[in-house]
Amino acid sequence: MSSPTNLAVQHTFTAYLEDRPGALSRVSALFLRRNYNIISLTVGRSGTPGVSRLTVVVEADAAQARLVEANLYKLVNVLRVEDVTYSPTISRELMFVKLRGPAHARDALELLCAAAQARIVDETPGATIVEVVGTQRDNELLIDKLGPFGVMEIVRTGVAAIKRGSQVLDPQPHFINATVPTSGEAA
Amino acid sequence: MAISYKTEPKETEAGAAAENTATVVRPDPVKRTGAQIVWEVLTQEGIDTVFGYPGGAILPVYDAMLDYKIRHVLVRHEQGASHMADGYARATGKVGVAIATSGPGATNLVTGIATAMLDSSPVVFITGQVPSALLGKDAFQETDIVGITMPITKHNYLVTRAQDIAKTIREAFYVARSGRPGPVLVDITKDAQQATIDYVPDYSPVTLPGYRPRLETPQREYAMAAELIKSAKRPVVLAGRGIIQSGAEHELRTYIEKTQTPAALTLHGLGCLPSQHPLNLGMMGMHGEAWVNTAIQEADLLLAFGMRFDDRVTGNLATYARDAKKIHIEIDPAEVHKNVRADVALIGDLREVLQRLLPVVGGKGHADWVDHINSLRGDSAVRDIKNLPDHGKLFAAHVIHDLHRITKGRAVVVTDVGQHQMWEAQYYHHDTSRSLITSGGLGTMGFALPAAIGARFGRPEAEIWVVAGDGGFQMTACELATCAQEGIKVNIAIINNGYLGMVRQWQEFFYKRRYAATPITSPDFVKLAEAHGLTGLRVEKRGELEGVVERARNTPGTVIIDFRVEQEDAVYPMVPAGADLQDMIRRPQAAPSPLAETGADE
Repeated sequence: MSSPTNLAVQHTFTAYLEDRPGALSRVSALFLRRNYNIISLTVGRSGTPGVSRLTVVVEADAAQARLVEANLYKLVNVLRVEDVTYSPTISRELMFVKLRGPAHARDALELLCAAAQARIVDETPGATIVEVVGTQRDNELLIDKLGPFGVMEIVRTGVAAIKRGSQVLDPQPHFINATVPTSGEAA
Repeated sequence: MAISYKTEPKETEAGAAAENTATVVRPDPVKRTGAQIVWEVLTQEGIDTVFGYPGGAILPVYDAMLDYKIRHVLVRHEQGASHMADGYARATGKVGVAIATSGPGATNLVTGIATAMLDSSPVVFITGQVPSALLGKDAFQETDIVGITMPITKHNYLVTRAQDIAKTIREAFYVARSGRPGPVLVDITKDAQQATIDYVPDYSPVTLPGYRPRLETPQREYAMAAELIKSAKRPVVLAGRGIIQSGAEHELRTYIEKTQTPAALTLHGLGCLPSQHPLNLGMMGMHGEAWVNTAIQEADLLLAFGMRFDDRVTGNLATYARDAKKIHIEIDPAEVHKNVRADVALIGDLREVLQRLLPVVGGKGHADWVDHINSLRGDSAVRDIKNLPDHGKLFAAHVIHDLHRITKGRAVVVTDVGQHQMWEAQYYHHDTSRSLITSGGLGTMGFALPAAIGARFGRPEAEIWVVAGDGGFQMTACELATCAQEGIKVNIAIINNGYLGMVRQWQEFFYKRRYAATPITSPDFVKLAEAHGLTGLRVEKRGELEGVVERARNTPGTVIIDFRVEQEDAVYPMVPAGADLQDMIRRPQAAPSPLAETGADE
């Protein structure tokens, strides 16, 4: 459905999902079945017992993004979906980077970590582990900068997102206003 | 400008027997096994017939069955059970039920589940599963049927405790029949079937917090739709299965008559509007009528009523109805803008949406437009094979045309998939909803016979005809034994051309007549019928047709007629897959073939 004016960008969805066996499989199977390009998917407990909170990042144009939302709503275990791509949002992922040996330029590493708001959380004769919470982009920049220190292993959780301001996403809203762009908007 | 739809937070629906919830006194608990509860809930849901096949992991359910009044139809292969339950659902609009054991029993259902999913058919599948303690241990006949069917069910469940069985099956029925219908599978472990619990029937409405089948569109969208309708000069209604699913036949007819808008039908829409209605254009799409597709391409407004712009309907999307605005009325928001961008989307139950839309539309009519389409119609009709001279040959189109005439168009026709399916759609003129049952979305060969058996149980009064090819019929021919054991009557017309005809046609058109693996030999279908204790007849000339068909109709029990038709006939017209809708392959003219028209025909 893409056209030259229809740019695929990274869309971020947050969602509430009933914490049932197989519920997460339904979400991930949906992305496979509908041929959506999934960038990251994270899930954890929410503030409501029995309800999980998801953050999904998908590469999609506007029309596809709306279909992602509509298809997520079709899953019986999905309680609420919001496309927060164009809202003021905080998106962060946790990353660990394991570096080879004790840091040979410990001062330089500490400076780098301080600048990136990262910290050294483990040091053994064989390895040093750096922990950081940041945007995906920040974390990628940090990986580049850590290159000279000898990167052995990288673990990233994928992003979790929350909207700025006082507005909260209610898992059981009274009404839902899901956007259905008109063709002019989608095109 | 964005448009929006609202939903209620908790959509509920009373179960079949929940009319008097307020006055029902909650009875005392009774001791019931999980297996008994399965039948208790099926009874509560109003089920009279189920289709299935027993096996180890579902044995407790089968043992309990003998104490309940529900009729069980023993199939010969679980795929048959899945299509029978589907055929029952399509013929009646009620939920069909199929039962199978774990492992191969469950996986044999898969084709039927996908068939039901693609055509939005409400079916509940109940499968046995190995005891919960053995789950994940690769136990005998264990398979993860919930995982397997996740992408081909509307929803599915694994139940491991007896106390969850009633709630889950009630949810399954609710999900299957509400909103956009679809298949739901409930997998129940053997220990859950065997356990005894204190059981109290629950008649309260089912509540599912994340399930919102009833959506509404704000009034301003209706105003936008009315504006587009008012300014249209060349509108066409595209009527699909949604008309039948929501029971909107009257509203469709009122709409097209009030606004004088011609209607084109999808394969699954056939029957929702009488075939001879002056505003009924006929079928659209790959094998639709040329005038219908031309009208769609020339239209300035398309009103999609409960259809999903399948690729067999649109052809090349880039050139599809480029001058037309589109109003899409759909119950499933995920269908809007999926294939074709809509200018206005009205989300909701089609019947309710049309009821809201009708008061704000009206009309001066579009007489010039309708006249124009009718002139296109005349141009195409002369190429119709129906008008060909006899030549002593038997054409499939003649068979279907004569079947329509002899049955006065009142039969329920259940087709398989292929050339005969398209000929049926072209030449059997359906006048009522649910009179054509066919696998449209998935295109499942082998569907016809079992689906017809299901329809038989759902519609005991109807005259039921299977129209199948010689290839597809052999995929599920084992269900002839089911017909014999159950003592039921379906009439089976095998359009026998010795080829996998539709594939052969594609090879003829697109693969230089290289007939790879399409010539097919068949058993003697007359003897096959007789081997089952049924009646087998054969027609080789058109002159024999009427007498044999009448004999089949008047013979008790299932009858096969083996129609030996022309071997290399093709379905015309045809839009090649992905081609522009207006570029149809027409029946060749003046070619030196008895199949082609000559100038004399015109």
